[in-house]
Amino acid sequence: MNPFLHELNQQSLLASTRRQFLGRTAFGIGGLALASLLNDNAFALEGAPANSMAPKTPHFAPKAKRAIYIHMAGSPSQLELFDPKPKLAELTGKPCPDSLYKKERFAFIKGVPKMLGATHKFQQYGKCGMELGELIPHIGSVADEICLVRSMHTDQFNHAPAQIFLFTGSPRQGRPGMGSWLTYGLGSESQDLPGFVVLVSGGKTPDGGASLWGSGFLPTIYQGVQCRSQGDPVLYVSNPPGMSGEVRRQSLDALRDLNQMQLRQVGDPETLTRISQYELAYRMQSSVPELMEIAKEPDSVKEMYGIEPGKVSFANNCLLARRLLERGTRFVQLFHWGWDSHGTNSGDDLMTSLPARCKETDRASAALVKDLKQRGMLDDTLIIWGGEFGRTPMNEERNGSKMLGRDHHPHCFSIWMAGGGVKKGFTFGETDELGYHVVKDRVHIHDLQATLLHCFGLDHTKLTHRFQGRDFRLTDVHGEVVKGILA
Amino acid sequence: MLHVEPGLGALKHVSRFRLNASALQWRPNYHMYLRAWVIAFPLFAAFALGAETIDFKKQVQPILEQRCIECHGEKKQKSGIRFDRKSSVFKPGDSGKPAVIPGKSSDSLLLQRVITSNDDEVMPPKGDRLTEQQVGTLRAWIDQGANWPGGEDEKVHWAYVKPIRPAVPGVSKSVINESVISRKANLSPRARESKTASLVTPRHPIDAFVLARLQKEKLKPSPSAERATLLRRVSLDLIGLPPTIEEVELFENDKSPRALEAVVDRLLASPHFGERWARPWLDGARFADTQGYEKDAKRSQWPWRDWVIKALNADMPFDEFTIEQLAGDLLPDATQEQKVATGFHRNTMTNTEGGTDDEEFRYEALIDRVNTTWQVWMGSTMACAQCHNHKYDPFSAKEYYQFMAFLNNTADADKDDERPTIKVFGTGQEQHLAELKDKTKVAQREFSDAAAKPEIASAQTEWERRTVEALTNWITLDPTNFVSSGGATLTKTASMSIEASGTNSSNDTYTVVARVGAGKVTGLRLEVLESGAKKVLGRHENGSFVLRQVEASLDDRSLTFADATADYSQKNYSVTNLLSGKGNGWAVDASDNSRRVRRSAYLKLSEPLELKEPAALTVKLTHTDKNVGANLARFRLYVTSVEQVGPPSSLSNDLREVLLLAANKRGNKQVAKLKEHFESIAPELKPVRDALVSAKKVEKGFYDSIPSSAVMQAVEKPRETYLHLRGAYLTKSEVVNPATPAVLHPFRTNEPATRLTLARWIVSTNNPLTARVTVNRVWEQIFGRGIVETVEEFGKQGEPPSHPELLDWLACEFMEPTLRNDEARMTRDQGNSALDVRHSSLRQPWSFKSLVKTIVMSSTYQQSSRVSPELAARDPDNRLMARGPRVRLEGEMIRDQALTVSGLLSHKLGGPSVMPPQPEGLWQVVYNGEKWETSKGEDKYRRGLYTFWRRTTPHPMMVSFDAPSREYCVLKRNRSNTPLQSLNLLNDPAFVECAQALARKVTAKKDCDSRQRMEFLFRTCLSRTPTVAELDRLTNLFEQQLANYRSDAKAAEKLAMSELGKSTDETDVAELAAWTVVANVLLNLDEMITKG
Repeated sequence: MNPFLHELNQQSLLASTRRQFLGRTAFGIGGLALASLLNDNAFALEGAPANSMAPKTPHFAPKAKRAIYIHMAGSPSQLELFDPKPKLAELTGKPCPDSLYKKERFAFIKGVPKMLGATHKFQQYGKCGMELGELIPHIGSVADEICLVRSMHTDQFNHAPAQIFLFTGSPRQGRPGMGSWLTYGLGSESQDLPGFVVLVSGGKTPDGGASLWGSGFLPTIYQGVQCRSQGDPVLYVSNPPGMSGEVRRQSLDALRDLNQMQLRQVGDPETLTRISQYELAYRMQSSVPELMEIAKEPDSVKEMYGIEPGKVSFANNCLLARRLLERGTRFVQLFHWGWDSHGTNSGDDLMTSLPARCKETDRASAALVKDLKQRGMLDDTLIIWGGEFGRTPMNEERNGSKMLGRDHHPHCFSIWMAGGGVKKGFTFGETDELGYHVVKDRVHIHDLQATLLHCFGLDHTKLTHRFQGRDFRLTDVHGEVVKGILA
Repeated sequence: MLHVEPGLGALKHVSRFRLNASALQWRPNYHMYLRAWVIAFPLFAAFALGAETIDFKKQVQPILEQRCIECHGEKKQKSGIRFDRKSSVFKPGDSGKPAVIPGKSSDSLLLQRVITSNDDEVMPPKGDRLTEQQVGTLRAWIDQGANWPGGEDEKVHWAYVKPIRPAVPGVSKSVINESVISRKANLSPRARESKTASLVTPRHPIDAFVLARLQKEKLKPSPSAERATLLRRVSLDLIGLPPTIEEVELFENDKSPRALEAVVDRLLASPHFGERWARPWLDGARFADTQGYEKDAKRSQWPWRDWVIKALNADMPFDEFTIEQLAGDLLPDATQEQKVATGFHRNTMTNTEGGTDDEEFRYEALIDRVNTTWQVWMGSTMACAQCHNHKYDPFSAKEYYQFMAFLNNTADADKDDERPTIKVFGTGQEQHLAELKDKTKVAQREFSDAAAKPEIASAQTEWERRTVEALTNWITLDPTNFVSSGGATLTKTASMSIEASGTNSSNDTYTVVARVGAGKVTGLRLEVLESGAKKVLGRHENGSFVLRQVEASLDDRSLTFADATADYSQKNYSVTNLLSGKGNGWAVDASDNSRRVRRSAYLKLSEPLELKEPAALTVKLTHTDKNVGANLARFRLYVTSVEQVGPPSSLSNDLREVLLLAANKRGNKQVAKLKEHFESIAPELKPVRDALVSAKKVEKGFYDSIPSSAVMQAVEKPRETYLHLRGAYLTKSEVVNPATPAVLHPFRTNEPATRLTLARWIVSTNNPLTARVTVNRVWEQIFGRGIVETVEEFGKQGEPPSHPELLDWLACEFMEPTLRNDEARMTRDQGNSALDVRHSSLRQPWSFKSLVKTIVMSSTYQQSSRVSPELAARDPDNRLMARGPRVRLEGEMIRDQALTVSGLLSHKLGGPSVMPPQPEGLWQVVYNGEKWETSKGEDKYRRGLYTFWRRTTPHPMMVSFDAPSREYCVLKRNRSNTPLQSLNLLNDPAFVECAQALARKVTAKKDCDSRQRMEFLFRTCLSRTPTVAELDRLTNLFEQQLANYRSDAKAAEKLAMSELGKSTDETDVAELAAWTVVANVLLNLDEMITKG
């Protein structure tokens, strides 16, 4: 490299490093540097100046480097899958006590609802003896890796606001989601793939829509990139018709040469960044299609997940998620629709629909845990699996439906986690004997968010962004790290 | 350049660097935390270890408030010490020593008592000890001088003091030497005259301020930019579009001193000026084509957007521009345009999701209006005071709601239809509508005249007779046998109806047998009757029934029905379903009492029966199984022999009842309704009726085609405004009256406290903020950075201005101009003769165009943007403006530029938003079926500003290039540099199309060789002439691709034609493809997407 370019390169490093730091001035005290954490050769690479997505230092030593949030949109029933309530079973068919449902706002229940015990059996799994529904035997098979939280609660009882609340800390649109906060706080470790990726299965985008991965008031580069199953997986990643990869390379060579001439003439370090972004884009053009080639995985892996190449499926997405995490993506958000078990017909009831959803997801969810473990990635990958709220211990019986179903229930629900930073084979929190309220170790959505950031070495009160004169954060002005579940 | 400070004990692990204050007067809190790896790389050694500057309010005050003031505060002052007031902290307490001695942490009681190992002395006495980190913070704070900003010694922050026009500074000649100013040899006469003096005054005041600062920094300005580059810069800045080659040549050849000014005047007069400058205003006004929130349905608000463009093009003075947008409706005899202007604050979001509380979201919109008003006009984060008194600036929560009280009296209330709205008539449209109304009136008169003729009356009588017969000529059947398959008990009543009781199975089937007498039978009627005390029609728990099918047989012969009508069918449960037994069946939603009245289904036999003798009719009634227990509760069967079975389907229930009344029992209204109905169906009236219907349709069609726009409208009865505790909608506290914050200029109390007076208060020349904030935002658009870098924050938390005097000079000049319209004339004539000045009038106050002109006519603006290594090091962000601006273009400009250079751009101004192509499947929202429908024709190629803006899913190119969602006011866009942008510009079919069009433009140059063509292409895109090296590199690419595509004709055809289709030109397709590749490269050049 010629001396002038070299000098410029250094200037550019200084400038962009400074810019990057200033972009997050709200990062608080305690920014202990952890050289070991930083897969930070971007800074050392010649001609590849830092960008806002370069890895950044957390506040303290992290347990997790990457995460996958498996969101079961519509919300699976904790009373069938995670939270056994023998006493409730005894009361099946009895009217709900006044004290529980009066003054309560339900989405659909009208009149005096009747109690409904678990419609499917529970059994003990693993050495830890975790009690889980028999509809999810595969998840049961990794029970010893799981940290089950039975004491979740939320503020919202409709899908869209509850989902937006879960992912952004506010029930209204317009705030950044947790994936955006994470990449904003930590950057990405991927050189050629987006740092925050979204995958959707189940035939529908979740109610909360793109707000669940929007960057809100954070710069748009922190927005989740939806890997789509129709058209380009990442927008505009394919060359135009008639342009081969070779022509693209040749044209990019010319582009680089011309940009370097411009750099010599004008000397703006931003030009250097531009050159490197075009190179990154070129790498994405091959890495994204390569990423999507799940069919090339060994048969044993395909079998373990139960993938269906060429289709949109949860299993495919789980495997894609693993491939993304492997390649340095920081946060994958995976959505599967269809858990809204109201029991108005056989398409949304507990007897037909719920087992079908379990069948679609159980095997692949467990495979993800096993696969990450066997690759040595589970220790620093955090998996979270759950819905946006719980389901009522009462049968919904909308319009006298004879199908069994449960209404939305914000007061308690269960989620499970595994991997980076959380206890294994561990059950946390308790609900009352009817499964109506949390009675021990309550975990609010903001607590979950604080804990997630904590696992990444981020203090949720310090990961802030100034907008309209206020320092905003994922946890609004609430949230406590749930120490009880940390390993 | 970097300043190293010794590390501080407790904070060894926290480091910072900052730019040397003496070199740049850099903002003091430019601190950052250093990472350990830095030490590993010698490159970063310069950062070294330093100390973080402690922010009292963020870091120290919270510790004092949480851990100290319970005993040392307003209520208790143990040991005579209190930590809630600045003055007391530094004064001696009971011990005779002050708690804090600035600079001396180890002598300060505060620190001694928190670190002592003596458990009896340690503070705080209760709870945990302070953490090491907290101690470190206190120690560092004291050692750094115990800075306690604010408090009783505080001076009013600069931004809240009215700007006073500063004197234009003189600068030393040496600064000007070799600079753009001397090169252009247009020093002011005074500068020329004072050659002997040590100081000269640059011609342009902006330059004087900038040069004075550069002189202080010992920096020199840069030479002027090349003419082509300068023209491209000023074109992009003023109209958002690049110049043509012809315009470049004209400018390059114009040697007159007025050349640039002529260009600037031309651009200011272009209608595209308003389009370019509307864009940032739309971001601030959060303008969008949808309502936001979950449903995010479409809205029609573009007439407001067009108003902004027109107002900017007309150079409406900024004070009027403000007043019309905030309170145009309250101006005397407000015009349509002034009302449309008030759409500014109707751009707030509307929540149309079912079950939401409209008043709650009206309140949310109101909050947004307060915040946005303060952001846009006063660069203040008033939003903070929604929940509590502003922590840094002198705005209380009460003042927040007092300000809200001005805005809380408009009629909008989060309604789905956005009312109040007004129709926005274009030229002549109102007149045209009046003409159509007249035509409708004429048609109406002709129709009424025809209907009044006596033969119509007799036709009506005959129609009534026939219809009544069809309704009444029914013989009740007397069931002889009736069974329920589901176990219900069926009983026959005295009136020959069948009543079901007992078991109510999920889908029962009733079979009824009755004798039919001899004679003709044309149809069957099933009458559903009210049953029981609750008068239910069906046995479902909500009182409804759903019947799936009616089957009938006579003796053993099954009968078929040709048609079915009913006097009522529930939506989606048509009575005709009964014929086939398919579909949902026939139902009456009798869940509420008002609909629990007897209903009939009339079934017409396919072929009339002629019974010679009585026979047994069996009727089978099947219910559906979808709705549990929705079986008939009580019913009766009839047969008829009349030709018309049942009433015509057009006959409403009300009219049916009127018809059944004897003529003398009908009331006047009933008679009139019946007549009206007959007139609507009478075949005799068809021609005049059709004419009337068509006239009405044309009128309505035209009326509907006139766009509407949401506006502000005062409510008659003013609302009470409350202070909301912690900002929440439900926590109303005291009632507040309209008032403006005490720190700012007074509100005239002798005027009514309306939005109009508020708007005037905002643009009062006494307002210290509005003019500064506005000129700063314009400056930011042109230079890429504001003089106050935080364009959205002028308060204490904002950045101080880099050139405070320049900011104030611009603000004063904006409000009270001293410059004249013709700058060149002024330059030549200054100090020469007062006579010529008469020909060049003084600029208008608050003139937006004059402001822009003032800025771009400065030599500061015209400098080359080349970054020398020295400048890159000294001033990487170009805060000192020793060079011209160089910033990436915003998304809209990148799009508009590509369309312009390729010749595809549509120059159409205004109108509804358009939908240029975007990838499939982006609009997938659960509750909203709306689709992106790609525009056709020239609407595919409109400027980016007209692209349909959906808040939850803006166009991906806009998102990629940092456009905000427009859910809330955003004044400054980020300028990221990402690979997704690269992919967008490389591969988006819209940009590929531009490359294809460019290729055709090039090959149309028949009489040029390929090198000349290359130069033409280059200059078309970038305005300037390419260097030899650039030309060589591009030619090399071209030749390489030409060879490439000559060997692959299919690929060539695709690349050259995929978007634009076949070329009419006879050029070799491989050549077109090769040019497409070259054009694609040019459109992606850093220089192309950058204003340099």
